Amino acid sequence: MSKIMQLISANCGKIPPGSVADYVQFGGYEALKKAFNMQPIAVIEEVKKAKLLGRGGAAYPAGSKWEQLFEIEHFPKYIVCNADEGEPGTFKDKLLLSQDPLRVIEGMTIAGYVFGSHDGYIYIRGEYRDIQRVFQTAIDNAAEAGFLGDNILGTEFSFRIHIMSGAGAYVCGENSALLNSIEGKAGRPRIKPPHLAEVGLFLMPTLVNNVESFANIPVITLLGGEQYLSYGTNDSGGTKLVCLSGHAKKRGVYEIPFGITLRDIIYDPELGGGITGDKNLKFVHLGGQSGPCGPAALLDTPYCYKAMRSNGLSVGSGAVVVMDETVCVIDYLKCVTEFFIHESCGKCTPCREGNKQIYHILCSLSDGQATKQDLQTLNKLTDTMTCASFCGLGQTASVALTTCLKHFKAEFEAHISRECPAGVCNFSKGRGE
Amino acid sequence: MCEQTKKVQSIIHKYDKAKGNLLSILLDIQEASGRNYVSQEHADIVACELGIPLSKVHDVLTFYAMFSTKPRGKHVIEICKSAPCYITKADAVVTMFEEALKINIGDTTQDNQFTLLYTSCVGACDIGPVAKIGDKIYGDLTKEKIQSIVVSYREVTECPK
Repeated sequence: MSKIMQLISANCGKIPPGSVADYVQFGGYEALKKAFNMQPIAVIEEVKKAKLLGRGGAAYPAGSKWEQLFEIEHFPKYIVCNADEGEPGTFKDKLLLSQDPLRVIEGMTIAGYVFGSHDGYIYIRGEYRDIQRVFQTAIDNAAEAGFLGDNILGTEFSFRIHIMSGAGAYVCGENSALLNSIEGKAGRPRIKPPHLAEVGLFLMPTLVNNVESFANIPVITLLGGEQYLSYGTNDSGGTKLVCLSGHAKKRGVYEIPFGITLRDIIYDPELGGGITGDKNLKFVHLGGQSGPCGPAALLDTPYCYKAMRSNGLSVGSGAVVVMDETVCVIDYLKCVTEFFIHESCGKCTPCREGNKQIYHILCSLSDGQATKQDLQTLNKLTDTMTCASFCGLGQTASVALTTCLKHFKAEFEAHISRECPAGVCNFSKGRGE
Repeated sequence: MCEQTKKVQSIIHKYDKAKGNLLSILLDIQEASGRNYVSQEHADIVACELGIPLSKVHDVLTFYAMFSTKPRGKHVIEICKSAPCYITKADAVVTMFEEALKINIGDTTQDNQFTLLYTSCVGACDIGPVAKIGDKIYGDLTKEKIQSIVVSYREVTECPK
């Protein structure tokens, strides 16, 4: 069985992005036509049967999210696509946005039809300004061909999509922060409840889904939920775009069926092809910077939401950053923590200060100044951040650290004894200097 | 009205003077400034035209990493220091750019042509280590590539079409 699939990436690199004629020739907009002949609730049923879990990272069941919004009888409702792909090691949405934008547009349009919404917004990160232009062309082409705008395909349904640009803030990937940003404000997260389905964009009921989630909607609508589910595992329907980076030989985005192993993803000749320089794998960092790190011993874990979770791993955004044996765990975590110091919005203390304190201790470890007491302090800090941070960013910022403390405790202890097993850290400073 | 002010006014009008478009308006103003920043004077105009307090404009300008309220070089070179690039030796890339431009990271060249900065992930981890200049991304960087990139931008600057 091939470990590569093409449910949502079939057009990527094969048709000119944004060309409606080519998109239609390869089956594009068949799903929208089918949806128009279905009751909106029936479309939601298929999404539920498909067991589509949110592809942005949080893995919230898309069918439940859709059902909750459907039950709210308050209009207008807004459709929002989260294209603020800021998670380091993640570049799959970029593939869809730049190479098959019409699939994302079709997915958003089906959602618009289901919820009786007239306006959709796609929030594309500021770093993807060139892709914003590609996407705008696709919107214009779709409108010209009658797939967006007034009375789509001669029906009563009208729908428009507006592009909003980010300006460099990782926290805007958090859905409530993203909505604030679309409203032209600083992207600080909102307190929940109320949930965004009730009080979302411009304080109206709102659906927020990730780019990859929307790209799956036409596939699910066409194939039916059961068929879609069958490509993955019992709990994780369909396929996932994984992003291989770091020390993998063949870095890139691959669409894989759920259920193959991490080892397949990294070593299969069709996928990662092994480690550069044929070195040994030391660990992988999964699902983004806020995801867990796992050692080589866990590589036979099937890549699906349930099995990954039960092994303390995570699918998250689909990022798979591969580290070979030359990487020092402490040095790596310093880099991860610096990222969170920079990206913390500063609103709540556990996140704003916790990351700085963690960084301070990691520096002591890499300088050979740390003591056993510091490891206990690390545990306290991570507990506080996990329990008391305001939003998901702070709650998960220390996941990489806690998982490394679990799997590489010996390496932390070695640093207390002024030894760096990977030979990266420099202990030239005397203790206490 | 000076040329720059006219440009700012037309950007604001292009976005229908809508408060919701504040980010896009400021991004366009920054790009049109030639020095990759939003000046106090232009922030004042935006606040006045959109009918919002100046503090709101500054809230946005200081919250988002892509904005600067101080003049920068004509070309801002941003080097990704997120984990996937870090382990593929982004540090070495920083040093190479510093040597090629004869400045330290965070600084601007004396001729105001280049500013060298760090950035968070730009979504090009498959070709790390990477640098972003404007909308363009340069990957799999080596010393030779970096030198030719710097030269190509210098040439563009010195010999306008």
